[in-house]
Amino acid sequence: MRSLLGWTVAIAMAVGAPALAQAQSVLTIGVRSEASSMDPHWTQLSGDKQVEQHIFERLVDLDHNSQPIPGLATAWRNTDPQTWVIELRRNVRWHDGEAFDADDVIFSLDRLAAGVAGAPASPAFALAKGGKKWTKVDSHIVRITTDGPYPHMAEDLAFVGMIPEHKARGVTASVDFNNGRATVGTGPYRFVEYRPGDRIVLERFDGYWGTKPEWDRVVFRPITQDASRLAALLNGDVDIIDYPPTPDIPRLRSDRRVGISEIASDRLIQIQFGYRDIEPFVFDKNGQPLAINPFRDVRVRKALSLAINREAIKDRIMGGSSIPTRNIVPPGFFGFNDTLRADPFDADQARRLLQQAGFGDGFKVTLHGPNNRYINDQPIVEAIAQMWTRIGIQTDVVTMPRNVFFTDVIRGDPSTVPGVDIPKFSVWLTGWGTVAGEATYTVTGLLESYNAATGTGNGNWGRYSNPRIDVLAFRARQELDPQVRLRFLQEATKIGMDDYALIPLHFQVNQWAHRANLKHQPRVNERTMAYDVSRVR
Amino acid sequence: MSAFILRRLLQSLFVVFVMTLLVFFGVNVIGNPVYVFASPDCNQACVNGIIRSLGLDRPVWEQYVYFMNGAVRGQLGNSFTFGVPAMQLILERLPATLELAFASLVLAILVGLPLGMWAGMRPDALSSRAIMTVSTLGFSVPTFWIGLILILFFSVHLGWLPAVGRGDTVSVLGIEVSFLTLDGLSHLIMPAFTLALFNTSLVIRLARAGMREVLYADFVKFARSKGLSPSRILFVHVLKNIMIPIVTVMGMEFGGTVAFAVVTESIFSWPGAGKMLIDAIEVLDRPLIVAYLMLVVVMFVVINLVVDILYSLLDPRIRFSGAAR
Repeated sequence: MRSLLGWTVAIAMAVGAPALAQAQSVLTIGVRSEASSMDPHWTQLSGDKQVEQHIFERLVDLDHNSQPIPGLATAWRNTDPQTWVIELRRNVRWHDGEAFDADDVIFSLDRLAAGVAGAPASPAFALAKGGKKWTKVDSHIVRITTDGPYPHMAEDLAFVGMIPEHKARGVTASVDFNNGRATVGTGPYRFVEYRPGDRIVLERFDGYWGTKPEWDRVVFRPITQDASRLAALLNGDVDIIDYPPTPDIPRLRSDRRVGISEIASDRLIQIQFGYRDIEPFVFDKNGQPLAINPFRDVRVRKALSLAINREAIKDRIMGGSSIPTRNIVPPGFFGFNDTLRADPFDADQARRLLQQAGFGDGFKVTLHGPNNRYINDQPIVEAIAQMWTRIGIQTDVVTMPRNVFFTDVIRGDPSTVPGVDIPKFSVWLTGWGTVAGEATYTVTGLLESYNAATGTGNGNWGRYSNPRIDVLAFRARQELDPQVRLRFLQEATKIGMDDYALIPLHFQVNQWAHRANLKHQPRVNERTMAYDVSRVR
Repeated sequence: MSAFILRRLLQSLFVVFVMTLLVFFGVNVIGNPVYVFASPDCNQACVNGIIRSLGLDRPVWEQYVYFMNGAVRGQLGNSFTFGVPAMQLILERLPATLELAFASLVLAILVGLPLGMWAGMRPDALSSRAIMTVSTLGFSVPTFWIGLILILFFSVHLGWLPAVGRGDTVSVLGIEVSFLTLDGLSHLIMPAFTLALFNTSLVIRLARAGMREVLYADFVKFARSKGLSPSRILFVHVLKNIMIPIVTVMGMEFGGTVAFAVVTESIFSWPGAGKMLIDAIEVLDRPLIVAYLMLVVVMFVVINLVVDILYSLLDPRIRFSGAAR
């Protein structure tokens, strides 16, 4: 469907499609994922957050690089290692004219912590971490205490939308936010209308405390199909779209009616290994299960990394839009390690390493992956299987929709019991987004040992375990001095990458396509915000 | 007679019951919605919280009993995503789907009938052969392809029609319809045409076959010899007779059209029940999927039941033989 569109778009452009209409002060955004609720405490879904955040603000905001900046709080500081004092912004008004103060903050935190009835995945976990407790000090100061030293207060608070106590007390979760009764925030845009499946309409809030919003109205329109979304941009139904189809990008770049904006994503695409004694999807050349797990040998893991031609994947599959890497967080994030460079493609060395490890004759594996979660996930899996087969590791491919894949990869093995998740696969492609803009989450999530009770290793599905990393990650979580923490994180990353705990492939690139007369400042966390878009003057 | 209706009624209830089993367990063995909703740094406690809030911590059979308990009282559970009753969501979106399906049906008859009649009257003419070739294409070309081509030509290239979405609506008897506004019509025409293509081809073939048969019937010869004008013979006597099978088949196709609308709605971002089903499958919103499928099951069972009863009224052999259709 995509390549078909490519052809036809080319024809359409050659013939000369009519000029796109002039921009007014209405901005229409075509988005891939529809927001399921206007309630900021309802889900953790990116598609919901990006709309809600126009209306409801957080104490701490994230800049374009996902680094914390003041939002409704002007400052946050430690008075002692276990106490944070949050100063609230003064002269902030809700959309109905009431003043915003500490009572609203306490109400919002209490509501989320108490559990939102019916919410499929409320972001309450952001409050639970570190054992946070909050009290009002005065009308514009809130104090939050934690169980131990807790450096990530700002990142956690960036998850929690502030809602008005005078409007939101006693309302029905989600429903009363979708019909507008409680949809009163402090953000630059106010709620007008939510028509499920069709559109969400916002309008400018003139009493906003910050930069005056550029657009009179903002309309979000969900257009799930990639090809249809692009068509809607080209014919002027919408002004900007997220996730333009990658095969069309080169053509769009040469179209002067369209602008492309892009930025490195925080989403790391990687290969993970299963580290059990015997892996169910590793076989000898005759298809019999192998009695040892070759992935436990670092030489095998390194060989598999060297066998991957990341530049070829970038050029041939990603349309030039990927950033090959050996880091786990993108450049600009806290914890990025500048000394790590993406592995070069070196099939000869890979074969030598296999020989040294005693697998010179190769073996057979099945590489699993999702087929509708990451940009071009299935083609990447297929390409890697070919590259591995070329160095003697005969690789079969199985891909599946994400809603099946993630269950199986996390806890698909029949021996899974509550509290101990065991994966079904032996080696797989997956992704990890560092939503918080900070490598502690990623080191803890991907490299630290799995522990269901403490929540570490929650993305480390293959159960890699390295005591040196565990110690560094633990200390980083407790360390309040950013410089020391940075060193811990960079060191842990280096150890993990030198040990090939996982094979990093690339960071995705977030892309948007918009009318040429607009300017868009892209965000690392994939969200499309109306206040990032402005007219070119 | 009442014994027959009772028997059919019980059979229908049994079918619905078996379908609840198939649908519920079928949907529940696939994947897990938890990881769709969980953000990457959602830890084990957070995952467990999601599992609990979705009611997935209970064994499947217990979930089924709970589901049936509500189902007999007409409650099919709350959508995972929206947190409101799934049936309510479907009923909110159904008018848009029905409007699209009706529009496509009307279009199919308005376009297909004249073409089919023409092809039936002049079976050897070049134009008739062309019509029949096009109808073959209408059967075989996939809907999503036609939809995309239409968008590219009429929206992107010519810029005449909006590419996606539903236009302005007006409220008629409490139901929002879009075909009464110009903006609404401009949004409706392409998806309706895409959806109508299959049925148009079907009508062409039925009309052609009907014409070929009826034109040589005795009553037509008689009408001719009686001196009726050709147009009166064609548009009154012949048309009436060829319409019988067309109306029957179109009535039965309506259910299928509502189901086919899933693909069309998804391409044109038409905010109907079909697009909601696709979105629900994407995030594994099980209650919503189950409710939609149950609605379709009940719809088909009721249609069949009514047809059976009508047939049995018309044809006594059916109700006595016991071996109903």
